[in-house]
Amino acid sequence: MAEPTKDAVPADVTPNVSEVETVDAETPEEAVAAIEAPVERGEPILQVRNLVKHFPLTQGIIVKRQVGAVKAVDGISFDLYQGETLGIVGESGCGKSTVAKLLMTLEQATAGEVFYKGQDITKLSGRALKAVRRNIQMVFQDPYTSLNPRMTVGDIIGEPFEIHPEVAPRGDRRRKVQELLDVVGLNPEYINRYPHQFSGGQRQRIGIARGLALNPEIIICDEPVSALDVSVQAQVINLMEKLQDEFNLSYLFIAHDLSIVRHISDRVGVMYLGKMAEIGTDEQIYDHPTHPYTQALLSAVPVPDPEAREGRERIILTGDVPSPANPPSGCRFRTRCWKAQDKCAQEVPLLAIPERFAGEDTPAAHESACHFAEEKDVVHAA
Amino acid sequence: MTITEKTADVPAPRSGEEKSGRLLDVKDLHVEFHTRDGVVKAVNGVNYSVDAGETLAVLGESGSGKSVTAQAIMGILDMPPGKIPQGEIIFRGQDMLKMSNEERRKIRGRKIAMIFQDALSSLNPVLSVGYQLGEMFRVHEGLSRKEAKAKAIELMDRVKIPAAKERVSDYPHQFSGGMRQRIMIAMALALEPDLIIADEPTTALDVTVQAQVMDLLADLQREYNMGLILITHDLGVVADVADKIAVMYAGRIVETAPVHELYKRPAHPYTRGLLDSIPRLDQKGQELYAIKGLPPNLLKIPSGCAFNPRCPKAQDICRTEVPPLVPVTERDGAELAGRGSACHFWKETIHG
Amino acid sequence: MPDVTKTTPAEAAAETPVVTMKPADGREAGGARSLWSDAWRDLRRRPLFVISALLILLVLLVSAFPGLFTSTDPGSGDLQKHFLGSPNLGHFFQEDWFGYDRQGRSIYARVVYGARNSVMVGVGVTLLVTFFGGLVGMLAGYFGGFWDSLLSRITDVFFGIPFLLGAMVVLNAFTDRNVWVITGALAFLGWTQIARVMRGAVITTKHADYVMAAKALGAGTKRILFRHVLPNAVAPVIVVATIALGTYIVAESTLSYLGLGFGSDAVSWGADISDATQDIRNNPHTLIFPAGMLSITVLAFIMLGDAVREALDPKLR
Repeated sequence: MAEPTKDAVPADVTPNVSEVETVDAETPEEAVAAIEAPVERGEPILQVRNLVKHFPLTQGIIVKRQVGAVKAVDGISFDLYQGETLGIVGESGCGKSTVAKLLMTLEQATAGEVFYKGQDITKLSGRALKAVRRNIQMVFQDPYTSLNPRMTVGDIIGEPFEIHPEVAPRGDRRRKVQELLDVVGLNPEYINRYPHQFSGGQRQRIGIARGLALNPEIIICDEPVSALDVSVQAQVINLMEKLQDEFNLSYLFIAHDLSIVRHISDRVGVMYLGKMAEIGTDEQIYDHPTHPYTQALLSAVPVPDPEAREGRERIILTGDVPSPANPPSGCRFRTRCWKAQDKCAQEVPLLAIPERFAGEDTPAAHESACHFAEEKDVVHAA
Repeated sequence: MTITEKTADVPAPRSGEEKSGRLLDVKDLHVEFHTRDGVVKAVNGVNYSVDAGETLAVLGESGSGKSVTAQAIMGILDMPPGKIPQGEIIFRGQDMLKMSNEERRKIRGRKIAMIFQDALSSLNPVLSVGYQLGEMFRVHEGLSRKEAKAKAIELMDRVKIPAAKERVSDYPHQFSGGMRQRIMIAMALALEPDLIIADEPTTALDVTVQAQVMDLLADLQREYNMGLILITHDLGVVADVADKIAVMYAGRIVETAPVHELYKRPAHPYTRGLLDSIPRLDQKGQELYAIKGLPPNLLKIPSGCAFNPRCPKAQDICRTEVPPLVPVTERDGAELAGRGSACHFWKETIHG
Repeated sequence: MPDVTKTTPAEAAAETPVVTMKPADGREAGGARSLWSDAWRDLRRRPLFVISALLILLVLLVSAFPGLFTSTDPGSGDLQKHFLGSPNLGHFFQEDWFGYDRQGRSIYARVVYGARNSVMVGVGVTLLVTFFGGLVGMLAGYFGGFWDSLLSRITDVFFGIPFLLGAMVVLNAFTDRNVWVITGALAFLGWTQIARVMRGAVITTKHADYVMAAKALGAGTKRILFRHVLPNAVAPVIVVATIALGTYIVAESTLSYLGLGFGSDAVSWGADISDATQDIRNNPHTLIFPAGMLSITVLAFIMLGDAVREALDPKLR
């Protein structure tokens, strides 16, 4: 499945992420013990290093030969700290959902590592992998397709206990499920109903309850509210924030809606065509963006306030996102960038604090993968 | 390559001189669907109007009846199970509901065109884009294949599809989402209709592409002085292009207002709740205001004001009496043009 | 940070769900329930299910104990007394209820005794075909890749063999053609249709988000297949299988007609239908009764299949 593609794996373009303290577990018991160990608040809990996922493109019916690869994720690195929310934003096709699947080990990484408490989960199997799965859970985008229509709510939320029987003894499960329903704001008596009897927002609450069942440390949320009505989105966002405090969760929050990401995230990473374009705290990214793509993205967001709107500068990008099967050389954004120079076509910009801001104590001094990084406030009215 | 522009000149409400005044008047429209579980009351007495050159945004969540109203105007409702028990849809002085199918067919596409959310499924995958665009001209205007193709290229140019000449023979799947939506717009424009209904035209698109498409739509509308009904759930998109807004809830219009007014001073608790519940891009809020509860079940719309179970202002009267859409005035009684609210307590909402 | 939400969970919970259920049956309070127990609860209240189940029960009873329903020997005829005697519809369960055939045998007795062979072939083939075809289709669809290529090509090979012609060739190799041989031969050639339907349904289902959600929880292949994929892929298989049941009974009759089914002394609806076709214009009753029984049986199974399919879909309850 995960045969390495012909193209060379890209060099690490994020030289300045912290060193990972790896744990060399000799036996599965040691690995499980390392996974069970607690992590202090503010310490890195998940460290992604140069993660790559190429989907091979093949031709031929019987003898399949590879003719290329869709470079969905092409070398990204970031840390997720205990107790924080890291938002990942980007347009469709930027690879953000593939990142989610890689972290959930639903897809095999082509290259790179994902360290969970110092263990590289891309290389784990058996008991240790199962222990990781218990601690990293996911909330899916579409509440209409992510719940099995032929299972009762009790079975759906109770399934994690059946897969990991050590978490809750059999006789206790039903009560646990009802507790979970209560935690996410649903009537515990709904336990015998089927998903179709609920509205979108209620279904998403069921999905969240399922994600919480095993008492995980990390929840990966892939567009958790984008399929919901506006008036219901706020309820679910508020619930997720409440649960984060209550259960001491770390969130990786993947979404295309920049306003929601700003609201919920402590730090934000902007992805473009399989690479991280810019990463920083929410204030750094939203109020002091230095990457042209981030600036364009932010300026394009429709703001529900016609007056703030009129004073804002709008950058309208031309063209579409290029195909990830054949990304532009050098900086991937250069084909749509108004600052592009020859250098951009030749050199891949590193995700690092731009030189001009280095050492300065300014919010603009955060990691940005642009040769011509420059601060520009596009969010606030001029 | 990239255009940077200040949008200080958001189009002011335009007066339609050339293509004279009122295009469409929807009066007391009701639509219901008869299903196994009962009668779904999708639209319950909607009134709105559009003038030439004007953009009306119809804002609502799923199940608010915003799309069903549009389908009724276009005459593309599935009947049965759909039924229009009462109401009028007056297009240029004529009630379309009283017309024969043949008369309506002539209006559809030629006078009123529609743009759908999902461009990929609205285009036929086995026919080239040029052929589908040209079809309009061959069928409606009897042009030859060659002439139709030339017209198709012209249209593709007009919606700013790069290299139109080379791409005219391509198939829909060879275009990106944004380009496909442009093709849909080109198709709607083909016969230069008086009115375009755009049902969530940019919902399926990425933010950066969304802006391109909305701009194009606004430009073309200005150029042709068309009426535009923009149906959306996105308060942000509406703020950009609309002249006036009608907010729908449970098949009824709960508030109407010129675009600036609505955002500044909403006169209905639902609108206010919606505005308060969206996170802001330019500031980090503490917590979001959330409208409690769930959108109504159209099989069992609450009595009185449909919003009453979710409304923070609800009183006994809200549970028994349906509030009519009444004009909204200043505190001193001065008229506020174009404003209306269907709330018993609109005064408290806007002034309190 | 206490009370972050302005909407407390309790408030949200107080809202009624979109579709409210009838509260009368006390469903909310009961113990844990599953899809199957809910389906059974639902089935018992469906007239369609009750009628079809009673009919099928009757047919099975007749097949198992034909002696309970008639004391007449289906093989003995009296040409002089009964040659093509017409039915006496008032004589319930009597020898001449359905009349006599051209050999003077009681049609009623033949219908009763014919049930066993026909029903055994029909039900037997359907069960075998559903099991093996379903298994092949499920494995091919779920595992994909090499296994899909292999199993699908094998399916295609069998699909290419004409059903009846193939059955004739196979059955020709046997001298003693009893129920098991005929059932086996028909199943051997008939499983491909189910395999294809199942493969398609499984492929659609395995990409569903809830399957991915189960994988993310660490669920094993067995759980994913039997808890998530199968219940959601089984509906079209039930429909195809129950409709096919009739065709298997008819196929058996065709084979009997061609001399490749049961021997001439065996009784089956198929054989009698074949015999009757020679003279339907003058003596329709020789056809109507065995054919009618066949139709009712097939209809009962189709109705049962429909009821089960709907009961297994919570949305249709």
